[in-house]
Amino acid sequence: MTHTPIAGLRAPPTTYAALDGAEPLAVTDLLRAENIVKTFGPVTALNGVSLRLRRGEILGILGDNGAGKSTLMKILTGYQPQSSGKLYIDGAETALRSVDHARALGIECVYQDLALANSLSVYHNIFLNREILYPGFHILNNRAMRREAIRCLEEIGVYIPSVDAEVGALSGGQRQAIAIARAVHARARILLLDEPLAAMGAREAALIIDLILRLKAEGNMSIIMIMHNYAQTLDIADRIMLMQRGQVTYESDARSTSVPELMTIVRREYQHFQTHKESA
Amino acid sequence: MARTINSMLRWRELSVIVVAVVLAIYFQIANANFLLSNASLQNLSQFIAPVALIACGEVILMIGGEIDLSAGMVYALAPFLMYFLTRAGLPAPLAIVGALAGAAAVGAVNGMVTVLLQVPSFVTTLGMLFLLNGLTLTISGGTPVGVDASPTLAFIMGRGGYAEFVWAALVVLVMHFMLRNTRWGLHTIAAGANPVGASEAGIRTRELKMVNFVISGALAGLTGILEAFRISSIDPTAGGTHIMFLAVAAAVIGGTPLAGGSGTIAGAMIGAMVLGILNDGFTLIGINAFTFDLILGGAILVAMLCNILIGRYRRRMAVS
Repeated sequence: MTHTPIAGLRAPPTTYAALDGAEPLAVTDLLRAENIVKTFGPVTALNGVSLRLRRGEILGILGDNGAGKSTLMKILTGYQPQSSGKLYIDGAETALRSVDHARALGIECVYQDLALANSLSVYHNIFLNREILYPGFHILNNRAMRREAIRCLEEIGVYIPSVDAEVGALSGGQRQAIAIARAVHARARILLLDEPLAAMGAREAALIIDLILRLKAEGNMSIIMIMHNYAQTLDIADRIMLMQRGQVTYESDARSTSVPELMTIVRREYQHFQTHKESA
Repeated sequence: MARTINSMLRWRELSVIVVAVVLAIYFQIANANFLLSNASLQNLSQFIAPVALIACGEVILMIGGEIDLSAGMVYALAPFLMYFLTRAGLPAPLAIVGALAGAAAVGAVNGMVTVLLQVPSFVTTLGMLFLLNGLTLTISGGTPVGVDASPTLAFIMGRGGYAEFVWAALVVLVMHFMLRNTRWGLHTIAAGANPVGASEAGIRTRELKMVNFVISGALAGLTGILEAFRISSIDPTAGGTHIMFLAVAAAVIGGTPLAGGSGTIAGAMIGAMVLGILNDGFTLIGINAFTFDLILGGAILVAMLCNILIGRYRRRMAVS
């Protein structure tokens, strides 16, 4: 399949090409990605994606399955390296070596599968791979982790019946909240949320939206969300980006676009494929 | 009161303890000599110890959805490694260490093939099972040999009546503590419950799994060496699949699911006790040798079933 460009979709309203080299980085850009390409053998998952995350904002990334959103996420968390392209964190070019490296720089991700271990307690999950240990040993300080977990959940206003409960016994919203609590506790500056509202009822979704907006209001965190639901995204995000077939095809301030406008753009893609099929 | 009941229900090993106690009471009533004679207890301990030791290795692998079918053959090989190292002039303690290193190396090969080549461990260790059996038979010429060591060392390493049980109890205590209270243990369970999630959280799941194969191999080797000292003879047909399947059964009875994701060492120890109680109990009440396995097999199934049902009830109560 060839990636023939779709008329009118290639150029997002702001092109970062203009920023290359000459113009100094805006101090408000916490994270910037330039021309990120990721290939898996013959498959191109990301084909020159650029994005910027300003300090304290929520960026919503929309797109269909296979648009490259999750691949982009995994590059931003250091889970896998990009094939080419550059990342800037706090204005400095950075090559992320590993998940631990990204975490050390304040980048935390809540994956769609939440990375929770169902058979472990709430507090062990919050501290997974960042356990509090007795000094000098690799022995877990369960009491300190328990206490910290309770404090952390209270701080972000999440109610869990017991931090001793096995995570597998909790609801989807509670599990999502625990995964977010883990990132918050790690003092994340950049929080990546992969489909935070997926498979969630309206009431639970409302709780999570509330939590995300509270984190933003506190002002210590900038958030990138991968989303499916256009209406919810426009409600929560400050800016939105539309990804299609490994590229950013549209970018806008959340207030100056609308669900119908986004639908039109996406529909054009379907129509493109339909005409393609007919002519073939 | 409600709190006490609640915390008891959280206790994973509770259901298998109930099964073990009920069985012990039954056999004690059926035959007054079952538990309260030294000979009987020693006999029981010698059944439980090797099963529990190998089960420790199986549990940490089963948590990750893996299994070591070759454990019984490592058990047979390790004392021969010790024997040949002694013959080559090494002092006995060093020969033991060398044999344990050999057993660990088998585990490392199992781990590397499984993790790096992504062969299911069922297949890897099944191949290793036959390979090691052939190796042991070849290097031993198929004949048993004697154990050569000072009386003190032999006593410590298994000749003493409860020596092997003391080893098993120590290993179980240490492993149980490590699985519950160290980073290694927490990561082992996390990687078993959610492999992708654990690696997304930055846990090196592949290295972890390889390490656990090494531990399993070393424990199987230790068990074989202890048994060799206990019976003062190194038998190329010792161990084998029987001891390995008993260990897996002990782990499952103890509450470690074959599908992985969770597991408990203390549970496996009690599972080994359940098997030992069944084995000795049926012998002492005089079951016919032909029907013995029939009844033992049925009893194992019932014990597993009881444990699963009690465990399900426990989880339901703990949530509500």
